[in-house]
Amino acid sequence: MELINALVALTNYVIIPATAYGAQLALGALGVTLIYSILRFSNFAHGDTMAFGTAVVILITWGLQAMGISFGPLPTALIALPFGIAVTALMMLGTDRVVYRYYRRIRAQPVVLVMVSVGVMFVMNALTRFLIGVDQINFADGERFIISARTWNQMTGMREPLTLRTTQAITVVTAAITVVALFWFLNRTRTGKSMRAFSDNEDLALLSGIDPDRVVKVTWVLTAALATIAGTLYGLDKSFKAFTYFQIVLPIFASAIVGGIGNPVGAIVGGFIISFSEVGLTYAWKKVAGYLVPAWEPDGLVQLLSTDYKFAVSFVILILVLIFRPTGIFRGKVV
Amino acid sequence: MKKILMTTAAIALGASAAGAEEIKMGVLLGFTGPLESLAGPMAQGAEMAMKEVSDSGMLLEGDTVTPVRGDSTCIDSAAATAAAETLVTSDGVKGIMGAMCSGATTAVLQNVGMPNGVVMISPSATSPALSSMEDGGFFFRTAPSDARQGEVMAQEILDKDISSVAVTYTNNDYGKGLADSFQSAFEEAGGTVTISAAHEDGKGDYSAEVGALASAGGDALVLIGYVDQGGSGVLRGALDTGAFYTFVFPDGMVSQALEDNFGAELEGSFGQLPDSEGEGMTTYLGMAEEAGFDGSSAYSGGAYDSAALMLLAMQAAGSTDPKVYKDMIMEVANGPGEKIYPGELAKGLELLKAGEAIDYDGATAVELIGEGEAAGTFREILFEDGKITTVGYR
Repeated sequence: MELINALVALTNYVIIPATAYGAQLALGALGVTLIYSILRFSNFAHGDTMAFGTAVVILITWGLQAMGISFGPLPTALIALPFGIAVTALMMLGTDRVVYRYYRRIRAQPVVLVMVSVGVMFVMNALTRFLIGVDQINFADGERFIISARTWNQMTGMREPLTLRTTQAITVVTAAITVVALFWFLNRTRTGKSMRAFSDNEDLALLSGIDPDRVVKVTWVLTAALATIAGTLYGLDKSFKAFTYFQIVLPIFASAIVGGIGNPVGAIVGGFIISFSEVGLTYAWKKVAGYLVPAWEPDGLVQLLSTDYKFAVSFVILILVLIFRPTGIFRGKVV
Repeated sequence: MKKILMTTAAIALGASAAGAEEIKMGVLLGFTGPLESLAGPMAQGAEMAMKEVSDSGMLLEGDTVTPVRGDSTCIDSAAATAAAETLVTSDGVKGIMGAMCSGATTAVLQNVGMPNGVVMISPSATSPALSSMEDGGFFFRTAPSDARQGEVMAQEILDKDISSVAVTYTNNDYGKGLADSFQSAFEEAGGTVTISAAHEDGKGDYSAEVGALASAGGDALVLIGYVDQGGSGVLRGALDTGAFYTFVFPDGMVSQALEDNFGAELEGSFGQLPDSEGEGMTTYLGMAEEAGFDGSSAYSGGAYDSAALMLLAMQAAGSTDPKVYKDMIMEVANGPGEKIYPGELAKGLELLKAGEAIDYDGATAVELIGEGEAAGTFREILFEDGKITTVGYR
């Protein structure tokens, strides 16, 4: 019984939240990695692309709700998602045409493109605020819980609560579907293969007749889709606020680099490594320890690191990886 | 030609100096950043006071008051300093209503307010550190120090027979200051604080923080944070995982957004914010409603009072020079004299012009103590049927 209590506490406070957070980071990191491997620069505007996409999804969700359309127990935002992706994709293609295309044509250094993306980030950031405002928005509707703390306690009579939110389950399922679809696209379709060829060796790809403009366009559309999905899942699970997407860029980059930037598998693994170490290392093990070793009553909280150092965790991992294995866990590419 | 131009300019300048002047006043608030949703009603409150004075035509020579907004961002001291610098040097403001958060206020006071000799009245900076800071007599606040709020909060919790709490605070001057003053007051009165952990603002995910708090346990969670920021994130996490069911909210959390987003889930949770009851507040709420904004938003009334105090002090001193009118602020605020409430600024100006004393009471029952900070009455609130209800004042 004590063992089960310990397990439940661990699942409730570490495993479930970290898995959902990890899935969101992984989707974000996939977008960053895609841009990095094909367009060859670190896209700092990715966080705000997520915010923009989510803002569009929220606006469409409100429209759908006003028309009385709902998705039963699932959030209405899932219906709005494809439309949101379409708008964001148009936005990305527009940005590419107005901004990035010029720098590609003059063959600018990657670092110049990074700075350009920082500029785009600020513009997108402001645009999102104009579009939807600065307030915190909760747009998750439908059933909130699959298992809620109160029903769990009534059902099992256990001391420890357990919750599984609908949004957490949706996050993991959607992320899984997205990742499978992306890998199928990259490995099985002609366009996907040409993208990989372009990523491996640009000159060789051009010689073999791959249309670079098309590759670039498809990349932006895919990135827009990944960003909008990641942003919407994150917003559904937490809540939407333009400010937080600006901040999430850091853990996303950490995930991409730890996994091996430019490598899609690495991005996913990196996302989960970052999320589990953030939550796990700063978790206070007092309760779990109390259940496992009843005789031992710890005075402190049995916490490796105070939660203040959560951000530091990603950075330490990032630095260790950069020192000892700069290409990341799954050999990414380094420009 | 050049000469003619210069003479014309000189004449124009001379002419304007003799008649009614346009007085610029800074409104320095965190329009972007973690408290951006509180900044709007605060700025509107301050600007309402300025418009009232302006429209009355009673200030000095019938001077008009123009507000100039500056963004103090709340968290970025450098940005706040730069914004204040712009207000003072390029706009030439005669006083600053602000800044908003304690950290930004300290930075602006040290780098801009004191060196340039500009009066600052903050409606919302509550860090205890500001009480003892050297300010050259230029700094006032219509908000009480957190040291007092810590005591009030501790007492309120003990009165509800809760003796063990977990504390989380936003990692800045305000959060740390209030958490420390609460913890010492609570432990002195016999309570136990199981954990006092900081949370960072601006992140979407607070699973780790919630996990640590839940593990430490306690009968209630004292959530010292911002409703637009980490505060709501931690609250969401704690509610969803069933870590806590009762919460204690200080001022940064109590707002319409909290009620809208959480409402029914917070049944029985309670909190307190610096606020006051009485005639002034009621009048102010009515005026705000007429002007089309929410006057009950935290510190909105205090912002009105801060702006009004500066303008009344100018009238009392007969000068718009901050170095002169700063000495009149305490006098105007504390009386003795006729009590002045919101909407009566014209009357106050008139009385001062006639050489009579006034006691500005304003929206928040202004009474400045010590080095010029509010004595502090607190409104206690309780969540009942998903609504924030006022249970009393202490």
